[in-house]
Amino acid sequence: MKNRSADSPDRTTKIRTLLNVLGPFLGLAFVIGLFSLSNEVRPYFLTGANFKIILIQTVIVATSALGMTMIIVSGGIDLSAGSMVALTSVASATLLVKGYSPSAAVVLTVLAGGCLGLVNGIAIAGFRMMPFIVTLGMMGIARGTAKWLAGNQTVNPPETPINNIMGLVDPIHLFPLPPGVWITIGLAVLMAVVMRQTIFGRYIFAIGSNESTARLCGIRVRLQKLIIYAVAGSFFGLAGLMQLSRLTQGDPTAAIGLELDIIAAVVIGGASLSGGAGSILGSMIGALIMAVLRNGSNQMGWPTYMQEIIIGVVIILAVGLDRLRQRRNNI
Amino acid sequence: MTPRLRMLGVKKSFGATHALRNVNLDVSPGEVHALIGENGAGKSTLMKILSGAYTPDAGKIELDGREFTSTNPWHARRSGIAMIYQELNLAPHLTVEENILLGDEPATFGWIHRSQRRQMAREALAELRHENIPLSAPVRSRPIAEQQVVEIARALVGKSKILIMDEPTSSLTEVDTKNLFAVIARLRERGVSIIYISHFLEECKQVSDRYTVLRDGESVGTGEMASADLHDIIRLMVGREIKDIYPRTPHRLGKPVLELRAVAGETKPRCVDLLLREGEILGIAGLVGAGRTETLRACFGLDRLRSGSVWVDSREQTHRTPKQRLREGIGLLSENRKEEGLMLNRTLAENLTITRHGPIAKFGVISNRRQNQVTMDWMQRLDVRARGPTQQISELSGGNQQKVAFGRLLHHNARVLLLDEPTRGVDVGSKVQIYQLMGQLAAEGKAIVFVSSYLAELLGVCDTIGVMCRGVLSEIRPVSEWTEHSIISVAIGHTEAQNSR
Repeated sequence: MKNRSADSPDRTTKIRTLLNVLGPFLGLAFVIGLFSLSNEVRPYFLTGANFKIILIQTVIVATSALGMTMIIVSGGIDLSAGSMVALTSVASATLLVKGYSPSAAVVLTVLAGGCLGLVNGIAIAGFRMMPFIVTLGMMGIARGTAKWLAGNQTVNPPETPINNIMGLVDPIHLFPLPPGVWITIGLAVLMAVVMRQTIFGRYIFAIGSNESTARLCGIRVRLQKLIIYAVAGSFFGLAGLMQLSRLTQGDPTAAIGLELDIIAAVVIGGASLSGGAGSILGSMIGALIMAVLRNGSNQMGWPTYMQEIIIGVVIILAVGLDRLRQRRNNI
Repeated sequence: MTPRLRMLGVKKSFGATHALRNVNLDVSPGEVHALIGENGAGKSTLMKILSGAYTPDAGKIELDGREFTSTNPWHARRSGIAMIYQELNLAPHLTVEENILLGDEPATFGWIHRSQRRQMAREALAELRHENIPLSAPVRSRPIAEQQVVEIARALVGKSKILIMDEPTSSLTEVDTKNLFAVIARLRERGVSIIYISHFLEECKQVSDRYTVLRDGESVGTGEMASADLHDIIRLMVGREIKDIYPRTPHRLGKPVLELRAVAGETKPRCVDLLLREGEILGIAGLVGAGRTETLRACFGLDRLRSGSVWVDSREQTHRTPKQRLREGIGLLSENRKEEGLMLNRTLAENLTITRHGPIAKFGVISNRRQNQVTMDWMQRLDVRARGPTQQISELSGGNQQKVAFGRLLHHNARVLLLDEPTRGVDVGSKVQIYQLMGQLAAEGKAIVFVSSYLAELLGVCDTIGVMCRGVLSEIRPVSEWTEHSIISVAIGHTEAQNSR
């Protein structure tokens, strides 16, 4: 009895988990393979230099997706992510203009994101309002504030080390990657551990899977949600910094519709919008798939409207495949 | 007479598992036929075949002597087969009238004839002697028992010839159950055949003409209910003899652990006093809606208390959150596994350990190895049948799910267990295991509040019983002073004074 329990009864489950984890990777491999088919594009597409660009293009969506994964797994949604990225990038540019040191600007920007997230959290957890509505409101508030703060134009800060976060040193080779990429990878590893192996992460899944059960099991649901939205907000703040670093200016009209890219990345990565399912690794791959699609379509010389259509189809396909997989699991 | 329904050698397998090996079933017009079997015996697969959700691999199905192959649920319904599921299938926001004729609206080119619809709905309800149900009330505002009548009325309107009822009484009280049986009797007079599926054997015996027992996907016995012995049926179901359905472990009562004094909630309960001692199994009987669930919820901190006080270990601890209650060692088993009790799309291990991570985590980081070890231990102790600790809970059968929900309280090491309908939707074998477990826990000095709508199990398992009626808990008395009859009369509000008069 004892030795049987060690591995065999769980094998089916393990294979299933493996398939669930591998799914997004296969998607990524498929997309990369697709663009490599064309003989004309391959020499440009499959190069270290191009993948460096892809990674840099991924970073902003990926960093935000770290926060969004938490929110979506907990059964919520955040539509204000894009506006918050714009607002925080304008805010940090303004801070730099006002003569704050770069490190102070970094800390304050991340904090600002956290505070905006906290406001979302208070409305959602404290006043039990629908996340969709609250963050839709915050989307307008943050965007408007960004324009107000910037005086309806771009804010041009002085040259600072912040610009190096996403700076493109040595554009011919894959390495060295800019610090922003490493920061995102590091945070992704940290968040993956938090989500999978900590009690905090387990509570997030519990709330998303069944809020009543979470309450029954003594989880402080409202406090937990507050923390989730605030932490997610600081990730959006960090993404705002990266946005500033990439554009070298604070643009209040940047990152419009970014929240949809972020949500798409999380969903392509296997998260369920009804909560209780999702993974950091999946979301990161999802973000990469989106960036590869954009980049590859550019290389193929496809017009932007084609890209939009293709990305739309991919999102639906990804979720459709996920549904199929779940239906098979549930017989 | 040609049978209404005949199934011959029906087989169905999913991959390597044989859900149905060989099922024969004969149902005559106007017959109530009990389909009996443990969870996992193949009842639901059989029903899904009849309702057109599955196609059998082999075998023959005849409806009124003609071969019947149902390809989809719509076709099955047109052929006169209606199902009433355990979880009622009504549109909660629509009215009673709209629900009764949902899908069968009298209409020309999509334009609904409202007066005709009203008439048809009224006739259907009158036929069931339930004219009292208001036609224009939203269905969610009606009690469960009435909702069920609405669903049956819907089957009537659809001119159903066969009505399949899956655990129809699981959320009904004794009185509502009696009413349901009256409705069944009227349907039988109309010549409707009823396949009645229930875990409550006494009920099957009461309501049905014949029975068929399923075990491991095979029909192992069939016969006349009137001449059947329940013990024989149980033996057929489990393939072994269960001598004692209500095993008792001797246990002694100790000092008080939980006391409610004049507890009242926002609407229910209105006034509850109870005293629970170590090693005591205290039963709470009552009609659905009497406020039993609400009492447990208020006590556990899930619902707000309006007045009264809660005492734990003789100290006042009235307003507490579930988290604080759990810390005091009080645990609640929800009556509603799917909606409240379990996180269905998470793993068995997560569901089992969610309230107490101490033994499996350090500094907030969970060790998978220890989590799986702990879970495996509980799975063995509780005889949970699953592939492993990381299997998704939704894939388990009802009985096994319930054992996991129960296991959570045990893993938490709760010393006061508030159990709300712990045996609902659970097969006989698992039920006996749950009773056994309760006895063992009491012997260990743990205290249990046992809410149930099934009187036989309350009388079989409890030390003391109280009855709730309209939000008020009656005097709690030793089990020896109660009978089914006296419990029911208190539950429906017949006071003893009136009785003796």
